[in-house]
Formats: sequence, structure tokens, C-alpha cells
Amino acid sequence: MSKVKLATVWLDGCAGCHMSLLDLDEGLLTVAQQADLVYSPLVDATEFPEGVDVTLVEGAVSSQEDVARLREIRARTRVLVSLGDCATTGNVPAMRNSVPLQSILQRVYVEGADVGAAVPSAGVPPLLPQARPLHEFVKVDLHLPGCPPNPQAILGVVGELLQGRLPKLVGVKFG
Amino acid sequence: MRPLPAVRRERVTSMQQKSISIRIEGELVPTRENKTILEAARESGRSIPSLCHMDGLHDVGACRLCIVEVGGSGRLAPACTTPVQEGLTVVINSPRLASYRRMIIELLLSERNHVCSVCVSNGHCELQSLAASLGVTSVRFPYRYPRLGVDLSQERYVLDHNRCILCSRCVRVCAEVEGAHVWDIMGRGIHSRLISEMDQPWAEAASCTRCGKCVQACPTGAMAEKGRAVEEMVKLTEVVAQAAGRKGARI
Repeated sequence: MSKVKLATVWLDGCAGCHMSLLDLDEGLLTVAQQADLVYSPLVDATEFPEGVDVTLVEGAVSSQEDVARLREIRARTRVLVSLGDCATTGNVPAMRNSVPLQSILQRVYVEGADVGAAVPSAGVPPLLPQARPLHEFVKVDLHLPGCPPNPQAILGVVGELLQGRLPKLVGVKFG
Repeated sequence: MRPLPAVRRERVTSMQQKSISIRIEGELVPTRENKTILEAARESGRSIPSLCHMDGLHDVGACRLCIVEVGGSGRLAPACTTPVQEGLTVVINSPRLASYRRMIIELLLSERNHVCSVCVSNGHCELQSLAASLGVTSVRFPYRYPRLGVDLSQERYVLDHNRCILCSRCVRVCAEVEGAHVWDIMGRGIHSRLISEMDQPWAEAASCTRCGKCVQACPTGAMAEKGRAVEEMVKLTEVVAQAAGRKGARI
């Protein structure tokens, strides 16, 4: 039996969900026996490959680049999982959503700057007016909330997905 | 002051209430007249989810989580404000009810800014734990992300409108138990908002006794003690409910 192609993606989040993934400890060995990690902040691949079986996405969608990446990931993935509260609800990145984008950028990069006061534009993707959860852009097959999700919950979900089953989650908390 | 009408006074003693039975999920459940479906179900050891109900306070049917199917036609009614009747048949759990309850939780979550991860009540929140137990892992409705204020004027307590679900437990515990009636709900529909007295900052509410019952009755992180960090606000809801029971607020 060939190994399952697994990918993980980091959009607008703090990497805490990936830390929680690493907290699987010896559970990582079980996952590694059944899956190849084909794309992730933890591996070297620069382009998201075709034909991925399971992708875990951490973080909210906050920039135009995030949108483009997410759409490409969705097109190349069989089962897409929103990993954690930012991907599922917007969470902390979305706390800027009730304030107009221009006034935040002005406050942080102009009023808050000691030197070189200017809103950065070169080399950084333009922000969306609001940070939004993944499922407002693409179809999401499973949501695993938590900030971060409990390592045991991640292991349970990934274990089921690697066996080709889509678990139904009850008792998993936001936050 | 006028004496209470005789009819109301009769309700005080439960001994005078007639014993009746209703059917919950087909099983006969003994109860008494003047009880609500929620009381009858919970007293028989059955659980119905609720947010706006608090023991000792009048029920208002604000959150709709306790909806049940009543009678042969399965008409939906809030269990907390529907009185029992002899022979009434009630369904408290069904796929249809579960889907409506999940929808209610999702609407509550989408309406304001419930950011659990940075909330004083994270881990001790009735909305959060109900979402989990009802299997809500995402919200199908677009989040509104409204811009709402936080009232920090009071010296000991905080009111955060971002986390308020308008259950009105604070309103009722203040009016019915403390007897101060500082709080009310202003506006309609999506514009409804909790206000103190005539929509003043909390610190300027002259009728507030600073007792903090509202804070302890609040099911979410909308009201909290000052100085509490994330996850630190554990509410004494049971203590307040017991105090409310002693006051006889249900009469």
C-alpha cells in the first residue's frame, strides 16, 4: 500500500497549531509510517504538489496571497482540514475586522513608527479588508477547532483521515 | 401596598399543586401543575441545553436553545416557558432539534466577537461548552465582526459587549434578586444591546450596589471581574442561583 500524501499549510496564524502538531511526540512516528509529508513549513518543498490526499491548513485568510494559495491548495487536495481557530473562525487575526484596514496600517506603520514611517508595499502581499475563515473561500471537509487544537485531537483526526475516514467531531472546543 | 391577589398566593405552596404526568420521549414523567417542561425534564434527570435559564429567576425564552417538540404534530416550543399539562407529549432530543440547536449556537457565535482563545472565560464558558457538546466545529453564517464597546468605567467589573449573547440573566438577577434593576436591553433585533440604567457608563449607574450578581450570573465572558486574565474567570453561577432560590424569586 502506498503512503498517503499529507500536507500542512501556514496562513495567517501564529504557528501554534503546527507546534501542537509537533507535540504529537511519538505519535509523529505513527503518522510518518502511514504518510509522506509532501508540503509543509517543516519540509523543503517550495511548490504545493498535485494529488495531495490530506491537507491541514492553519491560519485565517488575510491577504490576496492567502486567497490564491488556498484556492490552489483546494484544487490539488482531496480532503481539506481547517486546523485550529484561526482557520475555522478567524480568531485573533480577525480581531482587526471591525476597524477599517487603512486606519490600522496608518496607526501601526506611520503613527507608531520612530523611523521610516510608511505603509509597506514592496515584497509583502496586500492585505484583505478583513481576515476571514477558510470556508468562506473554499469548501472545507473538516473543521478541527482549538487554539491550538489538542495534540491528541489532531492525532485522532489525522489517524482517521489516513485510514480514509472522515470523523464526526463532538466535544471539541473553540479556544 | 396592595396585597398579592389570592390566585398568585396559592401558587406559593407546591403542596397545593396538582400532581400530573407528561410523556417525555414516550416515557411517563410525574410532575406538578405550574411546572415548566424544562423543570419537569430536569427534575426527572433528563438534560435539555439552555443558556438564558437560571435556577431561581423568571424564564424569558430568550436563547431558544431549550426548544422541544410538543404534542403529536411536533410543534416547537421553548421548554423553559411552556407549562406542563396532563398527558402532554414532549420530544427533547431528535435530529431536527439537534440541527436547530446547532444553528442557534452558530448564529450566536456569528453575531458578535466571541474570540474564545483570548477570553477571560475560556474553558469556563457556557456558550463555548454547549458549542462543543452540540458538535459545533464551525459557523456556516458569515461572521459579522461588529464594532462594539467595552465598559471599563466600573471599579471592580468589566462589561464586554463583544461577548454578550443578550440572555438577560444579569438583567433578571439584578431586578429580581438584588432588587436594583440596573440593567436592561435597549434596541431591537440585531441592534439590541445591554445598557445600565438610562444607557450610562456602569460607574454612573446610581442604583448599582456593586454586588456583582450580574457578573456571576453571566454565562459568557461578557461580564467579568477586573484583573482576570485569559481563562481565569470562573463564575459562581450556582451560588447566585441558590441565593435567588432563597429569595423565592420564582413566585
